[in-house]
Amino acid sequence: MEPFRSVRGGGTRAWLAAAEASLLRSLVSQVMSLVEPDDLEDQGQGQGQDEDPELAALEAMVQGPGADKPPEDPVLARLLPDGYRDDPDAAGEFRRYTEPALRSAKHQAAQEMLDTLPEAGGRIQLTQDQALSWLKALNDVRLALGVRLGVTEEFEEQWGRLKQDDPQWSAFEVYAWLGAVQESLVQAMH
Amino acid sequence: MVVSAAPAEVEVPRSADNPVSDKPWVTIVWNDPVNLMSYVTYVFQHVFGYPKKKATKLMLDVHHKGKAVVAAGAREAMERNVEILHGYGLWATVKQDK
Repeated sequence: MEPFRSVRGGGTRAWLAAAEASLLRSLVSQVMSLVEPDDLEDQGQGQGQDEDPELAALEAMVQGPGADKPPEDPVLARLLPDGYRDDPDAAGEFRRYTEPALRSAKHQAAQEMLDTLPEAGGRIQLTQDQALSWLKALNDVRLALGVRLGVTEEFEEQWGRLKQDDPQWSAFEVYAWLGAVQESLVQAMH
Repeated sequence: MVVSAAPAEVEVPRSADNPVSDKPWVTIVWNDPVNLMSYVTYVFQHVFGYPKKKATKLMLDVHHKGKAVVAAGAREAMERNVEILHGYGLWATVKQDK
């Protein structure tokens, strides 16, 4: 990889090897499917079945599909956090009204990253808006991986304690690399 | 936001009847081990339009003190902030200042 740098006249650019591009695409796609609304959970909660479809559609439009409890998966709970602490009612209310939009915003940023990330790698050139989507999508991937690995502020020490044949070792390496990619993009955008 | 035509005769409740609404609300950002310091600073600059110096100070407050109040104002505005910050993956909450 050649890290991101700013381009005269606006935007940023980098260069990625094919293996790096496919790793990024795979990680971003995983986060994308994670934030997709869970249709099975949203539907069929009780009476729905013999309801007038038009009425059901209207109801969905008015109420929105939002849940009021944080997701059980710790990664998803970190990607879609509570908006209030120590106030479950306010947190539930906030989540009901904001979670669907937050999910679709994260989905969209990930999609925009995939759209500007050729499978074969090579030169990446991003406008400011595209770079912003990359920042968000990269950050979501790092959050997901960070939660799964139980990363703390002492990340380097955690990594250093692992033997190189530990299955987590290469995940830590990927996590560190993602941090370097994101860091270079932030610097290039400043 | 929608403006509705209110009946002219109805008395508007005085704010003293509802003192809770007078207390300011704040947007809090919490420390987390994943977000890069440079990224958090960038988000504060980009979302709130803060100059780099202020954004950096807030980021350092989050990092060293565990959290920082990054904005204050009406509840709706603070909720909007939190929604935007969640979009960036920052760990943010709304709270009524006491």
